[in-house]
Amino acid sequence: MSVAARPVERAGEVTEVRKARRSAPYLLTIGLVAALVVLSLLSAGIGAYDIPLGDVLASVQHRIGLGGHALDRVGESVLWNVRLPRVTLALLVGGSLGCAGALMQGVFGNPLAEPGVIGISSGAAVGAVASIALGLSFFGNWTVTVCAFVAGLATVLLVYVLSRDGGRTEVVTLILTGIAVNAFAGALIGLFLFFADNAQVTQITFWQLGSLAQATWPKVLAVLPCAAAGLLVAPLYARKLDLLALGERPARHLGVDVERLRMVLVLVVALLTAAAVAVAGIITFVGLLVPHLLRMAAGPGHRFLVPGSALGGAVVLVGADLAARTVAAPAELPLGVLTALFGSPFFFWLLRRTRRRQGGWA
Amino acid sequence: MIGQVGRRLFGVRDRVPPEPVSPGEVLAEAADVRVRLGAREVLKGVTVAARAGEVLALVGPNGAGKSTLLAALAADLPVASGVVRICGRAAEEWPAPELALRRAVLPQSATLSFPFPVEDVVRMGRAPWAGTRLEDSDNRDDKVVREAMAATEVSGFAARPFSALSGGERARVALARVLAQCAPLLLLDEPTAALDLRHQELVLRVCRQRAAAGDAVVVVLHDLGLAAAYADRAVVLDGGAVVADGAPGDVFEDGLLSDVYRQPIEVFPHPRTGAPLIAPLRDA
Repeated sequence: MSVAARPVERAGEVTEVRKARRSAPYLLTIGLVAALVVLSLLSAGIGAYDIPLGDVLASVQHRIGLGGHALDRVGESVLWNVRLPRVTLALLVGGSLGCAGALMQGVFGNPLAEPGVIGISSGAAVGAVASIALGLSFFGNWTVTVCAFVAGLATVLLVYVLSRDGGRTEVVTLILTGIAVNAFAGALIGLFLFFADNAQVTQITFWQLGSLAQATWPKVLAVLPCAAAGLLVAPLYARKLDLLALGERPARHLGVDVERLRMVLVLVVALLTAAAVAVAGIITFVGLLVPHLLRMAAGPGHRFLVPGSALGGAVVLVGADLAARTVAAPAELPLGVLTALFGSPFFFWLLRRTRRRQGGWA
Repeated sequence: MIGQVGRRLFGVRDRVPPEPVSPGEVLAEAADVRVRLGAREVLKGVTVAARAGEVLALVGPNGAGKSTLLAALAADLPVASGVVRICGRAAEEWPAPELALRRAVLPQSATLSFPFPVEDVVRMGRAPWAGTRLEDSDNRDDKVVREAMAATEVSGFAARPFSALSGGERARVALARVLAQCAPLLLLDEPTAALDLRHQELVLRVCRQRAAAGDAVVVVLHDLGLAAAYADRAVVLDGGAVVADGAPGDVFEDGLLSDVYRQPIEVFPHPRTGAPLIAPLRDA
């Protein structure tokens, strides 16, 4: 290509900018990992039965055979049967929600897309609630997760078809579709509640608030395959998501098989959302807040944004769960209530900002 | 074996880079192409060819089918009848990744969902080359991106987010991305629409340079003066059909243009260069 019409203007700027932008993701990754480790250890130690940090480390060391020592019977039981499954679950759920949010925003090309806002979490919850209310158990331990996945997948596809017009998704259409889907899902959940017996009602109510209080190792195992599959596959599509930001046709001109990309990612979003909803109920706004903050700090490139949002989501949820358990101790705030309390104002601010930028609700 | 599985998983396959082309070779052609959009037949049996080393201008009034023809040549649209061939192969037979090495498309309006900085947007044009044997080093990408940004004069705001640019600046960044793709077939839909006079000239000079380097450039233009000055060949479309095809000097004559645009038009030679100038006939 012979295109040297003019000398390169400020040639140095290009490389300098690239360097600065390259270092932000590394620093953020290190910071997030550090925060995650610290918060996880704190969360494992703090609670109604306090376990000092040193003891937590010693017990973990002991179990993986690297010295350390076992705690007394109560301490060991609290740490390994209550706290650690809960922290692990918070990691998985938070990571799934953060990653799902980043993916959805990329697929829809719309920064306001999030599993909770556009009704996919509610859709998955309908599946989970139905499996409880109808007493289904065809997949044993995995039944709730599978039902949440199927219902979640159906909802993503529905929202996708309903809110797209001419290859793009407008903010208004997306939000209104979310309202409609949320309302319908709410009605279905209400219907299942109406026909459920008392024990089932208690169990179902837990979904509507969103909580990690019933965390156990079998629950961790029940969502691990979904969450792990989603989290491992998602980063492979980061480059293509970058290209999709140009629009569908330009992405195709650059060699992206757009149809396939979309189907794979919708499937991954459904997997991740199902993993989160099946064990923790509806926890909103994590998938909205985390990718946004990271995009502001490190730019919109998906190669960092997708794995970074998983990491950030895990940090936020472990932190939020710790707060939910300790702020009003001995009572426990529902986790979903807490994230919505902080997430809703943020969502509102985002809406205002989007409107200002686009000069209307386009 | 593991490498193969990995490649399959990551969607990276050995793509065949485009063969070098010789001047005059047909890189894209439409043969008796008909295209329907909804109930309307937008192209009614159009035949054109884009040759290596040549700038081909598509002109005509609004709704004549220029953009549709360009989209058909880009393999964006299914044709109702006739055939579109790109680099000797039917358009629909090309897998998207292979086609991306051969033709680049500049859309009429450039949009971006997220505020990527200008340099990242231009670098997206290099995506088709990732994992090919020609992409020997990161340096080639850097060099091509730098050259494309210099050619379109966007280097000065390489770090600014795309969303903060003016319409004309966005159009040039989009063009830089298309140039960075290094495809031998360039399809540009109104690349000069949002540009000031200086940058209109700049863009068409770039088109000429690419043609001189052996590429085929197809460009939709509204400004007949620009088409006359820079195109090797002009195709005049009206109502979804080709009404003239030839050198601008032969094709642009008063009667034909007045008919096509339904507006009296005069064509006269430039007093100094003799190149055809086209102006609507106005009362003195």
